[in-house]
Amino acid sequence: MMLRVTVMPKPGVLDPEGRAIRQALGHLGLDAVREVRAGKVMLLDVAADDPAAARALGEEAARKLLANTVIESFTVEVL
Amino acid sequence: MKAAIIVFPGTNRERDMAMALAAGSGEAPQMLWHQERSLPPGLDLVVLPGGFSYGDYLRSGAIAARSPIMDAVRDFAARGGYVLGVCNGFQILTEAGLLPGALLRNITLRFLARDCWLRVERTDTVFTRGFAPGAEFAATLAHGDGNYYADAETLAMLEGEGRVIFRYARDNPNGSAHAIAGICSANRRVLGLMPHPENCVDPLTGGDQALPMFRGLAEAFALS
Repeated sequence: MMLRVTVMPKPGVLDPEGRAIRQALGHLGLDAVREVRAGKVMLLDVAADDPAAARALGEEAARKLLANTVIESFTVEVL
Repeated sequence: MKAAIIVFPGTNRERDMAMALAAGSGEAPQMLWHQERSLPPGLDLVVLPGGFSYGDYLRSGAIAARSPIMDAVRDFAARGGYVLGVCNGFQILTEAGLLPGALLRNITLRFLARDCWLRVERTDTVFTRGFAPGAEFAATLAHGDGNYYADAETLAMLEGEGRVIFRYARDNPNGSAHAIAGICSANRRVLGLMPHPENCVDPLTGGDQALPMFRGLAEAFALS
């Protein structure tokens, strides 16, 4: 079963990558983009019998390693 | 002083750290590979040196913090053992949950390799007992992710409990909250520090202004 784990910097936590992307978009004339937050997407192929078990595995993986919950939040989707 | 240095794939400051520990104590530390599951008995100090463990994949220090030996390091700290983490070692200590907060990308967005000034905020720890109270000294830093972050509550707790051991003086190179360069655990036995004291132990290569850290450690463990 495939999972998509999305890890994002928490609101208020400095996101220099997002800021640099926003600046570059401004250079391209895309000033209408007010803010960019950059995170990570990870696809996990998990051995699980049902979506609930797969999601629980993904959440455990995110809590234990994929996200640092001091500075990041995460969402887990079953694909 | 019986010290051990943990080496991860991508660690690159272990030899400098070994020289600094030997300069302070006269005893060479042993090197331990990250795949070990236990620490040798009778250790005074465990050191996580600088470098780029696992190429900084995922987050700086994140993978190293979950390697086999870190369970043993966590147990060692829980039993009251002394642990020093420098640069990537500090990042690993936060990722391992041994110190609060996190190290974010430098506010400059650049990798910084330069001198900085450090102020010693308290001298009643084994790591800082060799310094004069309020001492400031020039140290070197070399990191991309050294911008110390913690939420307001955690910062208040660190300040209230006097757990900020080193602070950047004169300027704040990487944007760290409260200009924090180094913090310790509640029992003051686990220290994380971004700049490199092991760079400053020989007049031939920039001065020996951080030698009091290594001499102080050796003296503390000789007394215990």
